[in-house]
Amino acid sequence: MEAFVRMTAVAAPLVRANIDTDIIIPSREMKSVSKTGLKDGLFAGWRYTAVGGRDPKPDFVLNQPQYAGVGILLAGENVGCGSSREHAVWALHEYGFRAVVAPSFNPIFYNNCVRNGLCPVILPADVVAAIAAQVEADPAYAQVTVDLEAQKVTAPDGSEYGFALNNEEDRIALLNGYDAVDLTLLHKGAIDAFIAGDKGQRPWVYL
Amino acid sequence: MTTPNPSPTTLFDKLWAQHLIQMSDSGAGLIAIDRVFLHERTGGIALKSLRAAGRQVADPARVFGTMDHIVDTYTGRNDDTRMPGGREFIVQTREAARAEGITIFDIGDKRQGIVHVVSPEQGIVLPGLTVVCPDSHTCTQGAMGALAWGVGSTEAEHALATRTLRINRPKTMRIMVNGVLGVGVTAKDLALTLLARHGSRGGQGHIVEFAGTAIEALEIEARLTLCNMGAELGCFSTIIAPDEKTFAYLQGRPYAPEGELWDQAVAFWRTLKTDDGARFDKEIVLDAAEVGPMITWGTSPQQAISIDDVVPFADEASAEIHQRAITYMDVTAGQPVEGLKIGSAFIGSCTNSRLSDLRRAAAILKGRKVAEGVRAICVPGSGLVKEAAEAEGLDKVFIEAGFEWREPGCSMCFFAGGESFGAKERVVSSTNRNFESRQGPETRTHIASPEVVAASAIAGCLADPRKLAA
Ligand code: SF4
Repeated sequence: MEAFVRMTAVAAPLVRANIDTDIIIPSREMKSVSKTGLKDGLFAGWRYTAVGGRDPKPDFVLNQPQYAGVGILLAGENVGCGSSREHAVWALHEYGFRAVVAPSFNPIFYNNCVRNGLCPVILPADVVAAIAAQVEADPAYAQVTVDLEAQKVTAPDGSEYGFALNNEEDRIALLNGYDAVDLTLLHKGAIDAFIAGDKGQRPWVYL
Repeated sequence: MTTPNPSPTTLFDKLWAQHLIQMSDSGAGLIAIDRVFLHERTGGIALKSLRAAGRQVADPARVFGTMDHIVDTYTGRNDDTRMPGGREFIVQTREAARAEGITIFDIGDKRQGIVHVVSPEQGIVLPGLTVVCPDSHTCTQGAMGALAWGVGSTEAEHALATRTLRINRPKTMRIMVNGVLGVGVTAKDLALTLLARHGSRGGQGHIVEFAGTAIEALEIEARLTLCNMGAELGCFSTIIAPDEKTFAYLQGRPYAPEGELWDQAVAFWRTLKTDDGARFDKEIVLDAAEVGPMITWGTSPQQAISIDDVVPFADEASAEIHQRAITYMDVTAGQPVEGLKIGSAFIGSCTNSRLSDLRRAAAILKGRKVAEGVRAICVPGSGLVKEAAEAEGLDKVFIEAGFEWREPGCSMCFFAGGESFGAKERVVSSTNRNFESRQGPETRTHIASPEVVAASAIAGCLADPRKLAA
């Protein structure tokens, strides 16, 4: 997994509540059993004029030239709700996003971000709205910094906002790009011992 | 006289303690995972990615898979799908499952169906187990007294490789529903009422235990319907303490324990309940008598109202979202939802496609006809549900009324690029999500119980089943 330490980038303001994973990547855009080939389908329903088409809707943020090189998504409450499809995060990542800033996250989406090198940042709704307003004034220059090491976000006007991930393991994994399976398998002895004991307690569990 | 329990705990506390391998300083727990269920949409990729990383499924006997999301639901279906590229998902999942030695309920197998229908039906989910599936409606299975939750593909891969997951301990919430549900009022209406009152983030960060006399009175299939929509409440998951109904439902199921092991399991399962006096982080109380037939009017499951109510006016806080939903759904504030003309009706999905759902819909359809111009579809949740329904002649009732009678799967619960309802079509649906374009390009989905769907199919517009019966 790619590490995330800090990033200063153009931010895309899409501060709507309940941006669900089907909006981020519609089912019809997930064409193969693969984690790649998804970036063109990102936000397809909002980004293109017709279903399945590729003619850009000029008013959608990602289609505007001043948002080229976007790396941070500013979203509303409950971002990533709906289907658990990890393709939403893979598509965001492939497009170039490395952080999502929102007042609240769907828990599955949040975990998917952490497992794929995207930094999920929870900030109060008024702060996200304020940052979005600054960005909109001049997207290419009003860049945002997300610093996971220092656990703070710097708005274009220089204001700083602290944030914390759900737990320290997530932060360490993201900062170092650690693979969660490898980290867990460091405890294989404890897992084996637990299962051996559990087989005595709940034998019907083991098929 | 009974002595009070000095340290009462919730059902969740017990399950957490029973599965906790170790706790990290920051409060994340390494939790043993008892069952992993996969489907071809998101499971195939977890298996493929596991292989690519040079890893294996650690305990394939406790991993299951089904074909439900992408597979067609037409008679005579095969690996080819109306969804472009669907074949690859099916074939790759099948091959990966074979290579790993995982049991898979494949096309042509009577046991095939929607994962959250198949798992209880086969006795794969049992009380007290931890179950994960890369699917957001895994909370459905909490109705069996299990700790079951949806994960992403990478987390599923983690569970397959390590038999564990690392998760933050969720907060606890209890939703107490006492009293009696009215005639023709179902678990679906209960779920929609809770959504209307508490919103799509009402359960966020919490494991929700449903309890109370109205919950105890629900049959297992109705409990599955209720827990299913925990995903829409935004909670970590939902759970119902197992009871005699749960045990009776599970006894004799293919993967449930037998003989002495069954007795031992039931004795253990009886201890799986919240102690008197246990504390929850949050409690909600609802009187079942206040619940009536519900339907959604907007594009979020929380935008639900009583079937005889009018589309609400926006309050200031949500004016923008409200207006967007009104425009999208082509409705007007103050307008009654009853009477809105529909193009299609759909009965199916992991919410409402079990035998009891089909029976209740058939009771309304019997001797009646679907309104002219309305396309009506029924998709049983599994091959076994379909077989049982056909043995009772329910298929004939549906077909004679003018419904299509399909092969099991997720079908038109969601639009994956293949078959869909028409653009901007108004659909009444027994599913769980009414998001924009969920069932087709810009389709306008109204979620409701199978009863409301059946009554509406006959009327040709959104209709109250209580009036039809009169
Ligand atoms: S029936 Fe619908 S909600 Fe249920 S698992 Fe299938 S696609 Fe998801």
